[in-house]
Amino acid sequence: MAIRERLSGNEAVAYAIRQINPDVMPAFPITPSTEIPQYVANDMANGKIDTEFIHVESEHSAMSAAIGAAAAGARVVTATSSCGMALMWEELYVAASDRLPVVLALVNRALSGPININADHSDSMGARDSGWIQIYAESNQEVYDNFLQAYPIAEHEAVRLPVMICQDGFITSHGVENILLLEDEKVREFVGEYCPAHYLLNADEPMAVGPYAVSAYYMETKRAQREAMIRAKRVILETAERFARLTGRKYGFFEEYRLEDADYAIVIIGSAAGTCKAAVDEIRSATGKKVGLLKIRVFRPFPEEELAMALRDKKAVAVLDRSEMFAAAGGPLGAEVRAALYSVKSRTEFVNYFYGLGGRDITVEDFKEVYRKLEELSKTHEVRDMYAYIGLRE
Amino acid sequence: MRNEAINEKSPWQNITEGNQIYEPATSRRFCTGEWRTSTPVYKKDKCRQCLLCVPVCPDSSIPVREGRRQEFDYDHCKGCGICEKVCPFGAIEMKEGK
Repeated sequence: MAIRERLSGNEAVAYAIRQINPDVMPAFPITPSTEIPQYVANDMANGKIDTEFIHVESEHSAMSAAIGAAAAGARVVTATSSCGMALMWEELYVAASDRLPVVLALVNRALSGPININADHSDSMGARDSGWIQIYAESNQEVYDNFLQAYPIAEHEAVRLPVMICQDGFITSHGVENILLLEDEKVREFVGEYCPAHYLLNADEPMAVGPYAVSAYYMETKRAQREAMIRAKRVILETAERFARLTGRKYGFFEEYRLEDADYAIVIIGSAAGTCKAAVDEIRSATGKKVGLLKIRVFRPFPEEELAMALRDKKAVAVLDRSEMFAAAGGPLGAEVRAALYSVKSRTEFVNYFYGLGGRDITVEDFKEVYRKLEELSKTHEVRDMYAYIGLRE
Repeated sequence: MRNEAINEKSPWQNITEGNQIYEPATSRRFCTGEWRTSTPVYKKDKCRQCLLCVPVCPDSSIPVREGRRQEFDYDHCKGCGICEKVCPFGAIEMKEGK
């Protein structure tokens, strides 16, 4: 029987970490992820887990220590946000290219500047090319469930890549919600023991991790790394299936909410999906108009084909980005979804919005307005503003 | 796969995970001596076997046998010239080129 609780997103992640009892946690505090290492440190001090906590002087060191520990053969966790992850930049790429299954609890927060502590996706979206698997959550339940699935994905012999479990700063990280937790022994059985095939502390097999690769090797190495990301797609789905058998909660690359028969679709990542669902329900019951939502769970690897097939026959699609990429065009999610639609020769109308930057609220009414504009677009076939903003004063 | 099976003609499928190398001391096979633009020449007649040159060599390219230094390991010597600077007896001279 599942345990009924009410926890914040940070508490839920710390709860999962306690249940998994990883070997090493190097971490440096930064709002809004600070509570995660704080709660884990409590569990260590109270003897609930025997994780080794490494006090580091920066996030650069936190990820460096995570890489060292993972190369040694340890199961590693760390947590950070925003500029903290920006300081890990170099090491993010190293963790991925060294094929080390580090798990990072990322609490999404806007990057400076201007300095801001609230939720947007500029931190993780900026790291989208670093080679990390990225899994996003709408709710505290999803953060918890995603975190439990992180190690089985990361450590799978066909994958061996680091995983970022993302949640929206404050909105889920500090918001308390009802949650269903698994029993400790079930978690331990699901996550399993970590037994790497090669590790530095194995005295019987001297090895080198992260050697220099001249141009004769670099490109082949990167291609091999890409293959691991391709294989991760299968492993993510298999892990989700195993998780569903255990909990009844089903996960995929994305969630389709009343999407199948929808004419107008919104694509979004993270907690605002909940607000969008409320708009979908209200529109459908008030007007019968066929509106739906596609909520991305897995952004890396990008489920290009699956996503394109789910959206190709819609009359109009709006992709909502919670981060800028200063292309002087769209946002990262918009650009990739639009490219995916091109690959299946979809003729659906398309617009890309920016919303929620630096924690700006988005409301049910905002989503209703997006759906209204999508309907209008499907009739006029005239895109007035491909890259509009939601909630911007102008 | 053992690393000796991997070379500059290997397809990407044969590259180890993260370029990991599963054996020790493989740097011996990487001839850094190819980078050399100037070369230390050992004047055996001037050498008093003080061995000051040995520990300062950044590439361990001065082998020692039975307490006596041997000829340079030119497969790995990068020609930095530190040994020449440290030698009190002028027993090492740098010449241009390989």
